[in-house]
Amino acid sequence: MPFTIETAGDVLVVAVVGQLVVGNRQEFKQTVLDEVEKGAKRILVDFAETGYVDSSGLGALVSLSKRLREAGGSLRLAALNEDLRTLFELTRLDTLFKLYATRADALLDF
Amino acid sequence: MSNSSAMRREWSVRSDISKIEPLVAEVVNLCLSAGMSSRACRLNISVALTEALSNAIICGNHSDAAKIVMASMSLDATSLTLEVTDEGQGFDASEITCSPDDADWLEREDGRGLFLMRSLMDKVEIQKPSQQHGGLTVRMVLHRS
Repeated sequence: MPFTIETAGDVLVVAVVGQLVVGNRQEFKQTVLDEVEKGAKRILVDFAETGYVDSSGLGALVSLSKRLREAGGSLRLAALNEDLRTLFELTRLDTLFKLYATRADALLDF
Repeated sequence: MSNSSAMRREWSVRSDISKIEPLVAEVVNLCLSAGMSSRACRLNISVALTEALSNAIICGNHSDAAKIVMASMSLDATSLTLEVTDEGQGFDASEITCSPDDADWLEREDGRGLFLMRSLMDKVEIQKPSQQHGGLTVRMVLHRS
């Protein structure tokens, strides 16, 4: 499975291992949506072990962020490498998501 | 392989999105071996080629496994050229003008693929199907720096 799920307090941490792309976006989205259905409202996506993300992966993140905001929660992102940060800046999605340098930083602020 | 060596490779893949990652990995490895920068390989080439292949498979060939996507790379001392051709009816690329300036950009799930290709590559050309040439071809050029 290209994703691992852990809990840190009341924050659900989803780590993306490898790519987040058209081939696994649906699995990623459904994995997170299942957790939202179970009551998760504060979700952190950890990109420390992520290679690249395409427009499908970005779209899945946007969709999940909207779903969580509607549920009164939030989706935040951590540990994006330089390339991923460039991708978020190019698409201006860095203005939609709160981005943190590390998982620990995000959990302190969540 | 030295930076000055010219190289050309071609692939033919079924319209199955599971074929995208291995093909992108192969192209990236060839580009890295040829001396292209790690950043160009990890970001520009990986994302732009993934977008072109997924558009070809999903939009062009409607994920019909009987249809084929042709891909090629040509690398020389000055630039990398990637081409992806599907068997679809094509579209008018000038009508696709999605940009971060659109009011719904930050809420939209889809529609960033062509923007990313244009942003990450130095040149993107889209050739519509013709009698001589079936299917849509996306040609992307990235200059070596």
